[in-house]
Amino acid sequence: MKKSSQRSTVQWTALVAGWSVAASLAAWVLVFANGTPAEPLLSEPADFVVVVLNSLTIAGLYFIVASGFTLIFGLMRVVNLAHGSFFLLGGYLALEFQKTMVGKTRNILGSDVGVIDWVLPLLLAAMITGVLGLIMQQLFLRKFQGQDMRETLITIAISVILADLMVAWFGGIGVDIQWPGLIDNAVVVFGIRYSVTRLFMLGFAIVVGIALWGWLQKTRTGMIIRAGVDDTSMVQALGINVQWVFGLAFLVGSALAGMGGVMGGSFAGLAAGVDGQWLLNSIIVVIVGGLGSLTGALAGSLLLGTVTAFAPAYLPAGFTNYSIIFTFVLLGAVLAWRPYGLFGEPE
Amino acid sequence: MAALRFVWRARVTAARAAPELGSRRVFTAERVVQVAAIVGLVVAPAFTSDFFVSFVLTQALLLGVVAASLIFLAAYGGMVSLAQTLMFGVTGFVIGNAVTTGGSKGLNLGLDPWIGVILGVGITTVLAFVLGAVASRSTGLYFLMITLTFGVIGFYFFGQVTTFSGFGGVNQVRSPPFIGTPGQFPERLYYVAAVISVVVYLVLRYITRTPFGLALQGIRDDHVRMSSLGYNLWIHRTLAFTLAGFVASIAGVLFIWWNRQIDPASIGIGAILGLLIIAVIGGINRLDGAWVGAIVFVVANNYVRDVPGLNQIGLGEARFNTIIGFIFLFIVLLSPDGLIGIGQRITRSLTPARMHTSRDPGYDSGSGSSEMM
Repeated sequence: MKKSSQRSTVQWTALVAGWSVAASLAAWVLVFANGTPAEPLLSEPADFVVVVLNSLTIAGLYFIVASGFTLIFGLMRVVNLAHGSFFLLGGYLALEFQKTMVGKTRNILGSDVGVIDWVLPLLLAAMITGVLGLIMQQLFLRKFQGQDMRETLITIAISVILADLMVAWFGGIGVDIQWPGLIDNAVVVFGIRYSVTRLFMLGFAIVVGIALWGWLQKTRTGMIIRAGVDDTSMVQALGINVQWVFGLAFLVGSALAGMGGVMGGSFAGLAAGVDGQWLLNSIIVVIVGGLGSLTGALAGSLLLGTVTAFAPAYLPAGFTNYSIIFTFVLLGAVLAWRPYGLFGEPE
Repeated sequence: MAALRFVWRARVTAARAAPELGSRRVFTAERVVQVAAIVGLVVAPAFTSDFFVSFVLTQALLLGVVAASLIFLAAYGGMVSLAQTLMFGVTGFVIGNAVTTGGSKGLNLGLDPWIGVILGVGITTVLAFVLGAVASRSTGLYFLMITLTFGVIGFYFFGQVTTFSGFGGVNQVRSPPFIGTPGQFPERLYYVAAVISVVVYLVLRYITRTPFGLALQGIRDDHVRMSSLGYNLWIHRTLAFTLAGFVASIAGVLFIWWNRQIDPASIGIGAILGLLIIAVIGGINRLDGAWVGAIVFVVANNYVRDVPGLNQIGLGEARFNTIIGFIFLFIVLLSPDGLIGIGQRITRSLTPARMHTSRDPGYDSGSGSSEMM
């Protein structure tokens, strides 16, 4: 008990320290922003608020996708490198469902899309990707349980196949899922104009996060999963069917990827290569936060969101294309300090 | 947790650094294959077309060198690095920026090709040391994921930073005059690549038998014990990573001479996974698997359109990645030690038992799956 409370103090210190580093970096940029493109932003603090909101909303999307990744790893020690493929597949499937429901194959407008034309495709796509993840686990991974490198290679093979087949089925040209017309606009609060869809994304991520937390902390299934993360063989010895729990983790984890794909496809579009990009995002989030920890996924999402929103907005003119460096700096800084992530533990 | 290793490496191959008890025997199956490979390398251009020499053989040799750097780390250090493609690409981009004289993206410094080579290999090796220093405190799947992010961040870096490249890439890169272009003199670059491949193979094999290489394998197998014995795990892993980066950068030099052009897609996630696929198809436990995997990959890439029936089921040339993905999946599911492993099982079943008993240490490196993590 004492040990765990100590650890949680360490973890909170880590989180606070991480945020203060991010905040002081932002402050540093703000102070020295004279003569840079950030200067007009400074004179208008409203724009700073917008960047903060941007970082929070994108962090919400990172969290939805990465929480599925970390759930699977935490329980089964499987790094599911097909996670990005399930993301993209979920997006494409939802788009097909939306087309069918709206009755148009192209130029779908916000006014065509009711709330149900977005929510139902989301649920269907999440269900299908979840089932596909379950099938992948049962068909290929179950046999090699414990051989984690081999399992990882299998997920890589599946991601290569899926990526190529998606190019064949859905084409190489970027497409968008249309948000419902109801929320596809902007609100003005205190003179700050902000997109409702981004706020919706943040709200959705919070709902998903709370649901996941409640599921893992308050239900019997959640307790079994947490016990399985700590000591799989003990759970098994207590007469609980661990295989069933493993399957469930893959179902939920892949469904979260598909759900993220629908959000991401509505927010930023779908194209060949997007799968790799979102796999990278998830991996960075969990490396920074610590693999297998939901709190870590939250912390990692917030840090990565801060970096990706602030770096392009506040770098001097002519250097904005170097913003990818800061993702690397974040990764390097965390790893130099805690090689297994902020909330992770050495294996 | 024990150091990462492949539990599924059921049989320890003779290529491991353990002293080869039976190496006094002159005519082993392995030696026959080696001699045949050397002879084949020398005479191949005489019997094949220029296209085959340049597009198949040279490409396979240079991809084999990068794959060998991956296999060296994976088999002897227990570190599956997905950053080797980045090392290979950085060399290409540095040389591209250094030697082009204008009319291309990048810095267009217009330096001598050989100075470009020194800069490219030097910068890459330093970068490998820095990245290795960051990644080497982690092991296993963490290491794999960290190096994967290095590789993908490198892709976006060269895509976004138009000072050095941009997504269009660097074009019209000159190679030293005595090599010329592969279009003019396909054999010249081929023989350079062949000699480098043999040297890289021999040097890496030699290194695995040096005290450094043995320590590296000790760390792979039991890092707690090695640590107790006073070995600095981090330094060994970092130096191994640096060495692998150096080897990959040599392949990068060959690539830029061969292709005369490099763009971020050459080091994107497709290329990263492609290299891993090469290593696994060939056999990720043995250095020679690198070139076996590379030749299979390149031949499949070039000739898959000629396989009858594939087009009819919708798997033509355009679906090359699906086909190679399935090959990769089957190899991982059925033969974790790749084609080399399949070949070994066949030779073993053909030769009398006494031929290989002395060479096979006969212990099982991965008897307990609990040791994986």
